[in-house]
Amino acid sequence: MAEPVLTVSRLTKRFGDVVAVDGLDFDLPRGVTAALLGGNGAGKTTTLSMLLGLLLPSDGAITLFGENMLTHRYRVLPRLNFSSPYVDLPHRLTVRQNLIVYGRLYRISRLKDRIASLASNLQIEDMLDRPTGKLSAGQKTRVALAKALLNEPELLLLDEPTASLDPDTGDWVRSYLETYRRDSGATILLASHNMAEVERLCSDVMMMKRGRIVDRGSPGDLVARYGRATLEQVFLDIARGTELPAPREAAQ
Amino acid sequence: MTALTTARVPIGDGFSPARVFAMMLRYLYLLRSSWPRTVELIYWPLIQMILWGFMSRFLMTNSSWVAKAGGVLLAAVMLWDVMFRGQLGVSVSFLEEMWSRNLGHLFATPLRPYEWVISLIFMSFVRVGIGVLPTALLAIPLYHYSIFSLGLPLLAFFALLMIMGWAMGLAICGLILRHGLGAESIAWFAVFILAPVSAIYYPVSILPWWLQYVAWCLPSAHVFEGMRTVMFQHTFPLDHFIAAVGLDAVYLAGGGLVFLYFMRQARQRGALMQMGE
Repeated sequence: MAEPVLTVSRLTKRFGDVVAVDGLDFDLPRGVTAALLGGNGAGKTTTLSMLLGLLLPSDGAITLFGENMLTHRYRVLPRLNFSSPYVDLPHRLTVRQNLIVYGRLYRISRLKDRIASLASNLQIEDMLDRPTGKLSAGQKTRVALAKALLNEPELLLLDEPTASLDPDTGDWVRSYLETYRRDSGATILLASHNMAEVERLCSDVMMMKRGRIVDRGSPGDLVARYGRATLEQVFLDIARGTELPAPREAAQ
Repeated sequence: MTALTTARVPIGDGFSPARVFAMMLRYLYLLRSSWPRTVELIYWPLIQMILWGFMSRFLMTNSSWVAKAGGVLLAAVMLWDVMFRGQLGVSVSFLEEMWSRNLGHLFATPLRPYEWVISLIFMSFVRVGIGVLPTALLAIPLYHYSIFSLGLPLLAFFALLMIMGWAMGLAICGLILRHGLGAESIAWFAVFILAPVSAIYYPVSILPWWLQYVAWCLPSAHVFEGMRTVMFQHTFPLDHFIAAVGLDAVYLAGGGLVFLYFMRQARQRGALMQMGE
């Protein structure tokens, strides 16, 4: 079996007495789209922040592309990227200027061509010379996605990738992500509480509650395991602590 | 869409001038996009120079001390601004990232903190250049005083004050990382705490004896004392120069350590994702 792109062992984050992430163990193979699914405060964003190296774990290990993230962070970071509604791109810079700055930070060769190609794929050509702060929420999401794809990441981390988007733009972003994963072979890990999005995009769902993975499987498996019609109902069962109707061994 | 070609992105552990340049570009784009930011850079040095220029003219006829070296107050005000702008160059560029909630993006790239710091230092040169150079040039026709008449010692004073400004700027960035944007006003007032003991416009000997000990712990006091020695006695004060170099080294190391310590703390607290207005 191929080496996993990402391996997380006993990953824990404590803020004082609060345990935000509590001993997570999981790994992801190349080329899958997986989701961390859970309610507010479940630990999804905290987990993504640790995977990006923006937050230091209290305990545990993260291995990305075979490298220890804590000790070889700078060998790993060029191979991943992220997008989050909680972090902005500089508002006063134009979209093109932002992409140039980030492209140079990743030291991308033929940057001009790369920006042109992304702008065409993501349909942001007409906004390249507009200040980023003056764009609509949907436009900003596409620009953030362009930034996240600049370095053609092998691991793409997305925090609520379609939050605050209208259904049409949300659908467009999901289609784009599906195409990107299929064509590039990249691994995508997204944190979301949008069930429809997770059902459509993900083959692997990790249900989180109070910093722990309480169940894991494909959307179909989870729905069947809980005897429910939709993933949303499974989510509610887990969030409200409802007992499994027919408990089976959770995957991994 | 193309298949993944990871060779596009170099993977390595080393220092990258390209990333330093990328960050400088980011701040230059910002300066270019906002004329009020550029005007602000030149506004205060210019007003200070005009005020102290008239004050000097007045004192030339009423003070034998100033009459001995006409430009002593003008030189002092301009050099003080070098330090202030040097500090602001570091801390305001840093604040720009916090105002735009961009720290999370930056530190998820391969950008090293020290590469960022180097770009902040370069930007402080740019900001000092925009703010102080036109002021110094304008003083020549307005008050018939050229700070460049200090000669080579001017370079030494400039460098020593810039380094002290960077040291303070780094420590201030660290404090803002620790306390968030609620503490941003530190960037604007911190340096003025040192103004009375830096002996900018008067000799250190004027200070109470116990405050003189404090003054001699500041590189700036040695620089301004040295500046007066050059202007009044026309000799380069090597003792003050050596003391200021040594103190600058200590301050810069201290500022860097404070910055790195709070940077690490910010990563422990998860502040890089949350910092913003």
